[in-house]
Amino acid sequence: MSTQAAIDIDREKGNFSYDTTYDYDAGIGLNEGVVNYIADVKGEDDWVRDFRLKALEVFNSKPLPTNWATKDLENIDFDKFRYYLSKGQEPSRTWEDVPDDVKETFERLGIPEQERAFLAGVEAQFDSEAAYSRMKDELAKEGVIFVGSTEGLKEHPEIFKKFFGKVIPTGDNKFSALNSCVFSGGSFIYVPPGVKVQQPLQAYFRINAENFGQFERTLIIADEGAEVTYMEGCTAPKFETTTLHSAVVELVALKGAKIQYITVQNWSANVFNLVTKRGLAEEDAEIKWIDCNIGSRLTMKYPGVILKGRKARGEVVSIALAGEGQHQDTGAKMIHAADETTSNIISKSISVGEGRSTYRGQVHIPKHLQGCRNNTECDALLINANSRTDTYPAITVRGDDNSVQHEASVSKVSAEQIFYLMQRGLNEGEAMSLAVNGFVNDLVKQFPMEYSVELKRLIDLEMEGSVG
Amino acid sequence: MNALEVNQLSVSIDGKRILNEFSLSLPKGEVHAIMGPNGTGKSTLAKALAGHESYMVESGTATMDGKNILDLEVDEISREGLFLAFQYPIEIPGVTIANFIRAALNARQPEGEDIDAVAYYKELYAQMERLGIDKKFTSRSVNEGFSGGEKKRCEILQMAMLKPAYCILDETDSGLDIDALKIVADGVNHMRSEDRGILVITHYQRLLNYIVPDRVHILWDGRIVKSGDKSLALEVEERGYDWIKERLTAGVES
Repeated sequence: MSTQAAIDIDREKGNFSYDTTYDYDAGIGLNEGVVNYIADVKGEDDWVRDFRLKALEVFNSKPLPTNWATKDLENIDFDKFRYYLSKGQEPSRTWEDVPDDVKETFERLGIPEQERAFLAGVEAQFDSEAAYSRMKDELAKEGVIFVGSTEGLKEHPEIFKKFFGKVIPTGDNKFSALNSCVFSGGSFIYVPPGVKVQQPLQAYFRINAENFGQFERTLIIADEGAEVTYMEGCTAPKFETTTLHSAVVELVALKGAKIQYITVQNWSANVFNLVTKRGLAEEDAEIKWIDCNIGSRLTMKYPGVILKGRKARGEVVSIALAGEGQHQDTGAKMIHAADETTSNIISKSISVGEGRSTYRGQVHIPKHLQGCRNNTECDALLINANSRTDTYPAITVRGDDNSVQHEASVSKVSAEQIFYLMQRGLNEGEAMSLAVNGFVNDLVKQFPMEYSVELKRLIDLEMEGSVG
Repeated sequence: MNALEVNQLSVSIDGKRILNEFSLSLPKGEVHAIMGPNGTGKSTLAKALAGHESYMVESGTATMDGKNILDLEVDEISREGLFLAFQYPIEIPGVTIANFIRAALNARQPEGEDIDAVAYYKELYAQMERLGIDKKFTSRSVNEGFSGGEKKRCEILQMAMLKPAYCILDETDSGLDIDALKIVADGVNHMRSEDRGILVITHYQRLLNYIVPDRVHILWDGRIVKSGDKSLALEVEERGYDWIKERLTAGVES
């Protein structure tokens, strides 16, 4: 399989934008009028409109979480963003029908090529709405639903209403409230009982407009014994002004189901990426988040799993690379709510130059449960003396029959390692990237091959830029 | 021209002079041994020639086949053909031996070209077999969790794969039992060639029973104070370094 077919996470490759005209524009700033505008253009049912309007109230009432998070959040001016921009609400089913400038964007990002190469279905979102959405016919015959959130709420309310906003309630945090009032785009997936989707479904989120906020909403339901892998990639051009990306992703794995959710985030350095992701795992179900954060100005993201059923399993594997001027504030949450549930968190961060990475973990095992286990490993690698890393684990484990294991390490690429590698003929940049790739190697192997090759390449690029 | 020539080289570290107008000529096709007690500058010589930035060259020259290497970067010196087998090989977590050696070979290829993977593995496995290294080692991280003997064998494996014009073995015998020593020596002997100069740095004569040198030099206080054939090593072994010391303080030069 061609490695070129992967989601391209080279920073520069995503750095372009087209002057495009939008048929639907909710204007600048956030108020009831904007929320109603979005509900109107989407032709939503009243329950959805009410959901949005209530969320706006929650959003306005909640302070920024700067009591524990970075003060950089105060630099977000919510009155300056555009909250909804689209060319229409109906995604095309063929690339031919996608408007030329949008199609060209996704072609430059290699999306149609990947679809042909290794994907079972693709959704390509351009600013607020999906421009393209298609799934292989045989999956549709098996009853798999893979549509955008607009279409999902409209066409399949009986499935989605039951779980929508249940895993992550509106008031979970200020940004989940923000998403809940202006959400648009994102994927709605339902996999019927026993259906195992062999190839990944993929969504690609593209921000094209300046001063824009993208608020996709994704809900994935794997019915009993079903299996699905979903991958998302994201890019935006480098604008002078800030861009906001605030998604909500809810996963529901019913009895014995498996969901694997893979993210490769490569936002440009002007993007505030404030995302809430959580899964609910019923009995014997498994949810695995594989999360790679490379771009953005500030990312705050702590994928979580609520282990609701007996023997449910949750896993978060994350890689964060904080380059110059970036702050990757990432981690994981594991909420054990049934006996014999297990969770595993493996986090590796790399801080380059003035880059800063923060790990926040929350593991909760209440006293009345039995036979629960958690393993947490977080390792940080610092490339320069002025890089920074912080670890904030919050582990609450009660009860005699539950166990937790926590390991954390901070290491540096030493001058002696670089000397050794260079003595074998590698230049300084190659030596650095080999050492850094070694640091994340065991996690990169868990990504699909197309992604791991690209990850390695991106790390090479970052490291070449980091040495004099 | 066809030699590693070091002339009047003085090197200091943290302001302290370690090598003191050191001179040596190692022609291709020969194996030389440098012997000396601890702290006389053996490892400094190895690191300074390899271009380590902590070692300040104050004066003198070092050339490989006529080319000045003192102005080159560490990686450039390597690609010019100098290989240093480390006394204490460094661990590189997560980087497999196979990927490491391949990266080193690719660094010697023209821009954008990679070595042939099939031929590479074929040779790698053959060299590993000669050095008694289990095939499984290809997927082990470089030097991580290796025993002393495994580390040294891995250094020789890299040397065999990279085929350098000049090899410096810095106390490769330290920490080896006799069996490991024989295997390492066999690997080095296999590298002996008309196209290659080998410099064996050692504290003990033991290694030189297995790698028989063409010349033996005694390093003392940052310079070579005595040179001879292989019998010199035996003499040192028998009479100890104090014998050299006594001769020096008595003002007897060879």
